[in-house]
Amino acid sequence: MATKASAGVTDHTEGSASEGVRRRDFLNVAAVSFAGVGVVAVALPLIDQMNPPADVLALASTEVDISKIAPGQAIKTIWRKQPVFLRNLTPQEIQAANSVPLSELRDPQTLAERTKPGKTNWLITMGVCTHLGCIPLGTGEGENRGPYGGYFCPCHGSAYDTAARIRQGPAPRNLDVPEYEFVSDTTVRIG
Amino acid sequence: MSFAWAKPYEPKHPFMRWLDERLPLPRLAYGAVGGGYPVPRNLNYLWNFGFLAGLFLTIQIVTGIVLAMWYYASADGAFNSVEHIMRDVNAGWVIRYAHMNGASFFFIVVYIHIFRGLFYGSYKAPRELVWMLGLVIYLLMMATAFMGYVLPWGQMSYWGAQVITGFFSAFPLVGEPVRIWLLGGYAPDQAALTRFFSLHYLLPFVIAAVVILHIWALHIPGSGNPTGVDVKDEKDTLPFHPFYTAKDGWATAAFVLLYALFVYFAPNYLGHPDNYIPANPLATPAHIVPEWYFWPFYAILRAFTVDFILPAKLWGVLAMFGSILLLFFLPWLDRSPVRSGSYRPLFKTFFWVLVADVLVLGWCGGAPATPLYVGLSQLAAAYYFAHFLIILPLISKFETTLPLPNSISESVLHGEKKEAAPAGAPAHSTTVAG
Amino acid sequence: MLLFRAIKYLVGLAFAGVLLLSFFVGVSTYISSPPEPTAEEEFHLEHKHLALASDGPFGKFDNKQLQRGFQVYKEVCSACHGLSLVAFHDLEGLGYNEAEIKAIANQWQTEVPSVNPDTGEAATRKALTSDKFPSPYANETAARAANNNALPPDLSLITKAREGGAAYVYSILTGYRAQPAELVKKFPAAKTPEGLHYNPYFPNLNLAMPPPLTADGQVTYAPGNPAPTVDQMAKDVAAFLVWTAEPKLAKRHASGIAVVIFLAFATGLAYLAYRNIWREQKAKVRETGPLEPEHQAKSGRAKRKAGVAG
Repeated sequence: MATKASAGVTDHTEGSASEGVRRRDFLNVAAVSFAGVGVVAVALPLIDQMNPPADVLALASTEVDISKIAPGQAIKTIWRKQPVFLRNLTPQEIQAANSVPLSELRDPQTLAERTKPGKTNWLITMGVCTHLGCIPLGTGEGENRGPYGGYFCPCHGSAYDTAARIRQGPAPRNLDVPEYEFVSDTTVRIG
Repeated sequence: MSFAWAKPYEPKHPFMRWLDERLPLPRLAYGAVGGGYPVPRNLNYLWNFGFLAGLFLTIQIVTGIVLAMWYYASADGAFNSVEHIMRDVNAGWVIRYAHMNGASFFFIVVYIHIFRGLFYGSYKAPRELVWMLGLVIYLLMMATAFMGYVLPWGQMSYWGAQVITGFFSAFPLVGEPVRIWLLGGYAPDQAALTRFFSLHYLLPFVIAAVVILHIWALHIPGSGNPTGVDVKDEKDTLPFHPFYTAKDGWATAAFVLLYALFVYFAPNYLGHPDNYIPANPLATPAHIVPEWYFWPFYAILRAFTVDFILPAKLWGVLAMFGSILLLFFLPWLDRSPVRSGSYRPLFKTFFWVLVADVLVLGWCGGAPATPLYVGLSQLAAAYYFAHFLIILPLISKFETTLPLPNSISESVLHGEKKEAAPAGAPAHSTTVAG
Repeated sequence: MLLFRAIKYLVGLAFAGVLLLSFFVGVSTYISSPPEPTAEEEFHLEHKHLALASDGPFGKFDNKQLQRGFQVYKEVCSACHGLSLVAFHDLEGLGYNEAEIKAIANQWQTEVPSVNPDTGEAATRKALTSDKFPSPYANETAARAANNNALPPDLSLITKAREGGAAYVYSILTGYRAQPAELVKKFPAAKTPEGLHYNPYFPNLNLAMPPPLTADGQVTYAPGNPAPTVDQMAKDVAAFLVWTAEPKLAKRHASGIAVVIFLAFATGLAYLAYRNIWREQKAKVRETGPLEPEHQAKSGRAKRKAGVAG
């Protein structure tokens, strides 16, 4: 702190000197704290700038036309730079999904929980295997749909059923269902 | 270096002692900027600008690294990537404006720092190397700033690159091949842009390394002071911490306030509107000018209009580089044993003429090359070279200096304490062998 | 050794000499053949004064004016000038809601380039809100072909890319007039060529763009807005173009005020802390006696204080 340098300074009395020291310390502490607040205020925008910019956020939802997907067919689309599977389930596929007891499922969910009420034939899921991120097969004509008739991931053999739930292989979770809503009977908005 | 009375580093906390035995960084900091570095007690505010320069280097590096996360070094995409930063990236506009104005403020601070050195004889023995390292930093700053200005790929970016690299073609024989080698092509294009980005990212760290050498070289003899009289004893100094940390602290807050006024309220005042036009190799701007901190050199470059043995263009380039290179020789051009301009009345007069001269050169450099401005820059540039190469050497030989104080503390105490006869300049006029 | 010492004088004389030679040659050239006056020098006008809500350190945007300006851009300027740095969704900054922006994008007269998903051929599609405003021309060649070899500049940054900014844009839009007879008499070579238009606010006086705002009421403003005179439309579109150049302007001013107030406090506190720490050192200096003439340190002020002459 303030060192007393050489001769010539007359001291104040002891009492007011220590009072003075406390007041002086407070001032220094206040100044340094203000500087600290300033440093934090500068750091925040520097950290926030790494978050997605406005143009990426504007692409955060996408609308898809589902009018051309016949029952039993599926399409792939892109949402937030990742693949999404949109499938029109046939009645047999819905029946197969509903007849599986939940106790047999690694990640128990009913088909109803994974679709919108009144639209249980529309299965909309991410096209990303929940194991390590490969894109499962099964959307295209003639692709391998695996032993459970849903999707099959060729990387490490995860097999999904008609409700895109994990049945076999290393994946821990069912294919994720993104946030979506039916803007109309022929258009879905994802995200 | 150390003054004998410098407080030794004595860590109390067990962890600090443990650390000190293994990697003495806190000891280094203590001795360099802490309580263990004695500094003359009479420094004025011109001595704050070294710290401010370090601050702005840090600001530029931090904002620059962040900008580099979004900038796209492609001739097609660079301009739009900068606009993307301004419009879409969170807080991108403030980071970009901070970096843009930070460059200008870095130069403002460094120019004041240099002129302090010129006035107080900071370049004289034993600090010649501090001065020369400082000039190396200045040259690196100019290269960095030039390349940085090219990156947004606006009209001034492109044409500035065209003009500056064009200098090299002034040199006979090797000029044109060197120019093409620098650009990686026949004109500024993708190759030039990517290499300028790479080097612009690299050089600030080279500058930081030279700054460390610069401070190290200074700390061997210790800081100079406004009287130019050496430190004699403990009464002449105060520990850097807390006295100069406090002084640097408040001056920093005030200067950053000034900086914030530009960043938030006049962010494009120091720039040129033409750089908001995407680069067009087929359309030359009406007036190509570099950024303001290069204006004095631009004026010197354009001042040579007559061929005389060498072509005018080559004279211009030689003079432009020469105007900085001659500063390396300043400790030997000005041989007065009296350091500080405060005690050299004739030197002081010419110093202020030099300041005015550099301001005139700057003003002319930013103006169009009409007969008035070219004529003024010719006279001003002539004075510049005469000042350093003719006037200063002669002054330092023949001037009458004022009597120096016996010591720093005496000068601070206005003569209350008389000390024993000092080393340093004698009390009356001298004729010093040149 | 002597030569070594002499080098500095020789180099100094060389540079200074060549410079003075250049100066005298320049002076004699100026006297013997003074430069010709030009039409630009005499007839070019500095931009008019324009006051906008965004001016000054406390400037904010007037959304109603910006919306009018956008309407002028949409109905008049967008036929030739692109706005490629602005996305449709950015219009929420003007106060439009999501549905309105979707409609604007969907109904925009230029479509966005795209690829036919069935055949792979180049095609166009309606704009989405995430798209940037599409350029009216496919490329520069098409733009020049449609405009007598002139290239209508993109307007996104125009107010930052011109000396005078919004005031310059406003002056150009309202500055068209007939070329003065005295100009043609004095500088016959500067007569406005066919296909160009005289405008004294433009740097070389003759502009390829024909006057875009020709009549009051060219654009119909919604009720509750000022009358759409040429002057008003020009002001409104200039204000809109200040926004397109810098949508963050109002935010910048607001943050700036907060930052400057914070820094003013910080400076005050830091200064008090500095005085606090230096108190005893300064006090010592103030206790000193008068200056002794042979030990003067600081000249003017110290001399006056000590009552010492000279």
